[in-house]
Amino acid sequence: MTTTGTSVATQVYRVYIKATPQAIWDAITTPEWTERYGVGGRAEYELRQGGAYRVPTTEAMRKAGARMGLSVPDVMVDGEVIELDPPRRLVQTFRMLMDDATAAEGFTRLTWEIDELPGGVSKLTVVHELEGKPQLAALSAGERESEGAGGGWSYVLSDLKTLLETGSSMGASMAPSTGPDHR
Amino acid sequence: MNDDDRVFRALADPTRRFLLDLLYERDGRTLTQLESGLEMTRFGVMKHLRVLEDAGLVVTRREGREKLHFLNPVPIRLIHDRWIDKYTERRVSALADLKAQLEEEFA
Repeated sequence: MTTTGTSVATQVYRVYIKATPQAIWDAITTPEWTERYGVGGRAEYELRQGGAYRVPTTEAMRKAGARMGLSVPDVMVDGEVIELDPPRRLVQTFRMLMDDATAAEGFTRLTWEIDELPGGVSKLTVVHELEGKPQLAALSAGERESEGAGGGWSYVLSDLKTLLETGSSMGASMAPSTGPDHR
Repeated sequence: MNDDDRVFRALADPTRRFLLDLLYERDGRTLTQLESGLEMTRFGVMKHLRVLEDAGLVVTRREGREKLHFLNPVPIRLIHDRWIDKYTERRVSALADLKAQLEEEFA
């Protein structure tokens, strides 16, 4: 595994999307939307404080894992809702279970902030607190994209913007041959 | 000026690229910390950071009494996804055309 040149701390990502805060909120929190962009997968949120969060492993994720020599578990990501104020703010924990080393780093804190701007544009800011979690930090920064581990938050947010603004995603998911819609 | 123009303009300056490199090395720095890596007045560094912020390449957040600067790679990713992929695609389709042409010739 390659180590990164970056230090491990909080990562902040921001994207401006021509969409309402509600549309962005739905795209983050409902499985019908989450399977259509980024690495795909149907995110299941129990939208209440203390509610569970999980992303069951898709066939595409399983294949991507196999190409990396991993036997991935049935749940790819899990966590818990800490705080929510729809459609403006969601704070949750996030644990990546893709491989043993990353899973062992445990839960991280992930904050989604959505601000409405004039002109039908919203600002989405993702803050991922990754202090002391080098494996997940590398994944989040997209440093293992060439291995097939996905392009991290930059890729996910770029694709989310494309989907909400054009109605279709780039379709360059973890499994380029199948795409997120054909699990 | 559109979003892409702002990104390219921000990246066109070596000092601003150096500031991004500093944040890549260690993210979430204060103005004072960034300033210490540069032979420039505080005001000069602030001006460059403002251009980077306007382009969306730097995002600031308040933590306690400090204002921290973070590198935001999303605008570069957007350009990559929108432009670079487009050119890669064309190259792929050019190869596909070549293959079709050759196969036709040697059929």
